[in-house]
Amino acid sequence: MCTDCGCSIRGIDDHEHNHEHHHDHNHDNKNKSLVFNNPHLNDAKTVEVIKKILDKNDHEAIHNRNHLDSYGILGINLMSSPGAGKTALLETLAELGKFKFGVIEGDLETNRDADRLKAKGIDAIQIQTGSACHLDAMMVHNGLHKLDLNNIDVCFVENVGNLVCPASYDVGTHLNIVLVSIPEGEDKIAKYPVMFRKADLILFTKTDLLPYFKYDIQKEKEMARSLKPNVDILEINTNDKASIEKLVDWIMFKKKMRG
Amino acid sequence: MHEYSIIQALLDQCENIAQQNDATKVEKIQIKIGVMSGVEPHLLSVSFDTFKEDTLCCDAVLEIIHQPLVVECQECKHIETLTEVKYKCSNCDSSNIKVIDGEDMYLMKLEMS
Repeated sequence: MCTDCGCSIRGIDDHEHNHEHHHDHNHDNKNKSLVFNNPHLNDAKTVEVIKKILDKNDHEAIHNRNHLDSYGILGINLMSSPGAGKTALLETLAELGKFKFGVIEGDLETNRDADRLKAKGIDAIQIQTGSACHLDAMMVHNGLHKLDLNNIDVCFVENVGNLVCPASYDVGTHLNIVLVSIPEGEDKIAKYPVMFRKADLILFTKTDLLPYFKYDIQKEKEMARSLKPNVDILEINTNDKASIEKLVDWIMFKKKMRG
Repeated sequence: MHEYSIIQALLDQCENIAQQNDATKVEKIQIKIGVMSGVEPHLLSVSFDTFKEDTLCCDAVLEIIHQPLVVECQECKHIETLTEVKYKCSNCDSSNIKVIDGEDMYLMKLEMS
């Protein structure tokens, strides 16, 4: 019977199995070759899928956002190359104390960033990614469970310092802030368009170093807006508290506008 | 090199679909990679060949469609394929444009047996 309908070959035919098989014969090689020689049964089956490859991550990201929403917390993903000033910015925000926040820290190795923030009284969870060059939604999910969400207004995810890989992953925050520092030199935005295209806010950091570098900040801003016409842009440096206050205003505005 | 993570996600997805369809083997996988998706197609192919072993996809061929950026102007409704990464309408110069394709990675088609 199996040689007739071909149903013994899994996946070749998608008919309903609403009949019973009486296996009173052995599926020896001879029997199998008969089945496979039948061209009608040997057709490959093609399935149109059209599904995002990172579908599972995106699903997890939505879950994270809902979780943050249920606590009324604004989630912000901080991305930049290593050394652009993500941790220094968070330290400065902690000193200003305008809102309460927690941090999920992603680094390949060490707890140093989380330790720096804890020293400022910030609840920080370190995720060591090992060799992974980015955080994904599942890692952030695990981090969220370790943070006390009852006591914070904003949750920062400090992504692994990298202008490439983190851009492909939705980690489940509400907003992306991408930092670019003056000493990194010009053309970072043009060279890493995918990352800057993801930004809701671009922060030019260490702007107090502008006099010492050949850096046309106006040209960089134009480049950013050719990639993302509606992107917000701020210039900050941690020695100028007024510039950080502007960022605080931006974050508070976004938080207010989310109800 | 997040291409490895992406291939891992793709292989998991293909295995699930193959199992749902009672297939024992995946013959061909077609994916669509946007130019602004942030992954390098060549590295995807290399990662695929490394990780497909010991999965239902071990003999599968990976076909990659390179998807350019396609945008629709929200002002004049002009649809175009962008050749350079400048999000602007070439017809009316508006920057109020919507991305239709070219920023994502999709699994499109699976051939199984």
